[in-house]
Amino acid sequence: MSPVPTQTPPEATMAPAICAQDLRRHYRMGESLIRAVDGVSLQVAAGEFVALLGTSGSGKSSLLNLLAGLDRPTSGSVQVNGRDLAGLTRQELSKYRLHAVGMVFQSFNLIPSMSVLENVELPLRFAEVDRDKRDALAREALQRVGLVGRIRHRPSELSGGEQQRTALARALINRPKLLLADEPTGNLDSRTGTEIMSLIRECNQDLGSTVVMVTHERPLAERYAVRLIFLADGKLVDDRANQPTAVASVEGPA
Amino acid sequence: MKALDLTELALRNLRESVLRNSLTTVGISVGVASLVAMLSLGIGLQQLANRRLVKSGLFDTVVVTSRRDLRNFGDDDQSNKPSPAESPVLDEATRLKIADLPNVIEAYPDIRFITSLTYDDKPHLTMVAGIPQSAKLNEAFESLQGSFFSSDEASEAILQKSFAAELLGKTPKAGTDEPPIAELSKPLVGRELIMRYAERIPVPAPGTQAAPGSPPEQPAQGGTSASPTESTTYSIRSKEIKLRVVGVTDLDPESMRGALRARVMLPLKLVQSLHVAQPAAMRDTTQAASGAATYSAISVKVRNPARMQTVEDAIKKMGYNTFSMLDATRSLRRFFAVLDMFLGIFGSLALAVASIGIVNTLVMAILERRREIGIMKAIGASDEDVQRLFFAEACVMGAFGGVFGVALGWTIGRVINVATNIYLKRQGLQPEQIWFVPWWLVGGAIAFAIIVSLFSGLYPARRAARLDPVQALRYE
Repeated sequence: MSPVPTQTPPEATMAPAICAQDLRRHYRMGESLIRAVDGVSLQVAAGEFVALLGTSGSGKSSLLNLLAGLDRPTSGSVQVNGRDLAGLTRQELSKYRLHAVGMVFQSFNLIPSMSVLENVELPLRFAEVDRDKRDALAREALQRVGLVGRIRHRPSELSGGEQQRTALARALINRPKLLLADEPTGNLDSRTGTEIMSLIRECNQDLGSTVVMVTHERPLAERYAVRLIFLADGKLVDDRANQPTAVASVEGPA
Repeated sequence: MKALDLTELALRNLRESVLRNSLTTVGISVGVASLVAMLSLGIGLQQLANRRLVKSGLFDTVVVTSRRDLRNFGDDDQSNKPSPAESPVLDEATRLKIADLPNVIEAYPDIRFITSLTYDDKPHLTMVAGIPQSAKLNEAFESLQGSFFSSDEASEAILQKSFAAELLGKTPKAGTDEPPIAELSKPLVGRELIMRYAERIPVPAPGTQAAPGSPPEQPAQGGTSASPTESTTYSIRSKEIKLRVVGVTDLDPESMRGALRARVMLPLKLVQSLHVAQPAAMRDTTQAASGAATYSAISVKVRNPARMQTVEDAIKKMGYNTFSMLDATRSLRRFFAVLDMFLGIFGSLALAVASIGIVNTLVMAILERRREIGIMKAIGASDEDVQRLFFAEACVMGAFGGVFGVALGWTIGRVINVATNIYLKRQGLQPEQIWFVPWWLVGGAIAFAIIVSLFSGLYPARRAARLDPVQALRYE
């Protein structure tokens, strides 16, 4: 494990992977206007591991959805790897989600009627990859996350950790430059949570993917992220570099 | 997404809620089945009617009469035509001319006369007619007991059922059932009848070139070769011929002719060779003084019923009267077109109800699979992917429903047909095919089911495609 990429300072000279400027996402909820994201500007360098911290309702998930291309900003701009997401059509946004972003969720979001293998290769179906190639790629991705057996099982037959590994394999199958994780360990016990976090960091270090992780657990963020961004009421309140503490002992329970 | 993957995913999704989707599919099946059953019965009935009409000879036969024959079949307007006395005679030359018209298969003279036939030393008076070999296909000979004429010149006779009963002295009393045809034919087939008839022999008038003693060959002389001003003498001689009964028919092959219909049928060539004196010949002596045969009527078989009008018009132009059942069949066909349409509408109603079932099932599926749609979108499914997936599901349900529906409709039609035939049999009637499923109906019904399903899937698929992934993922 080379620690080099993690020591890249936040204001690196590398081309920014993410560049958001005065990003806003407002929506109406009945009578009131919710300012989920309210004028956030930030830059994330390629290969960085960033944690988005904040209490629930602070807008961190909304910001993540904007980065993921699942949602469109009300105003402001967000560029990911040189692409202005606000200017993309629905069709282009789906292509962006398919090829450029991988997403991991707190609730895993696997399709219950599909086996592990099928869940992992689903993005390849949308990408119209050939059947044989799909199978090989899915197995490879599952191997990377350490899930070899039980790939014919349905998600409901797996433990939480195994499900999150499956979701991670699915997120990585198209080799995205950006990995977005929304409370990836929220539904896991601390031991399996650590395993998942180690895998995410592996992606960051070995594959060079930029990682943006939403969490409300500050200790977790401090162990893995090189940069901590704090949000409150949709605004960026703090942005500081961090020395990850878990670098030395990857498999350790910490 | 590739079509194969799409189908696979659609099938998987349909399997996930087997009961609901099967019920929807059954709904489509019932709709398609009723459509197929209705239309197959409509088509079957129409074909039955067409078959019967073609076989009856009503459909493709034009009867040509001379306008000199004041007894008319048709009710043609007489006012703008030459008076009967000025119109041409129906003779052999005319027959050949008509036979040469386009779309005419054959034109044969209608020879019929009333004469007496002796059976068991007892004379019976009836109408005798010559019929061509081609009449064998007429539906009247479908239930023929015995056999058809061995040749066009054989001294053979086919009897109509009622005449057969008369010969045997078994004429049914009014109100009682007719004796079965087999019972009538058994004692008669193979027996001999003696027919007495009046032979017409032209006697050369003094001063004509006809060689004395030459055999009377009227048809061969080619019609109007002799000058009409010359007078011809006929002599009528009573003659007898022995006829062997070869068959008895159940139905009347000449039902169209009403009172003129014959009850004893002889081969046409045989009848022609007899030179029987006919009323028409008497009437036309002034015109056909040559001794050439004149006919009271000529039957014209038309190749294609659709060309009846053309042929009729051509013959009318020649100055003759024509009669056919064309108008009757035209209105019959119109009736069937309307019948088919109504049956089709009833069938489609069932399919319309089924399509509402598809909409319902798919909308339910969207609600149920909201989250799944959100996931698919989050990992890169485009709007089109989601839309196509729902379309594929509708399409698969439609295809299954269509296939099962056609099978079910086919079975229903068959059952109705079998039941009808059991009923017909009890009534002592011949079994009939009243149901027919043409290939276009099979293909059309399945295609229609799929199209209806896709149409029904339009709204649900759009709704699924438009689903906001953020909201869908939040939904638990």
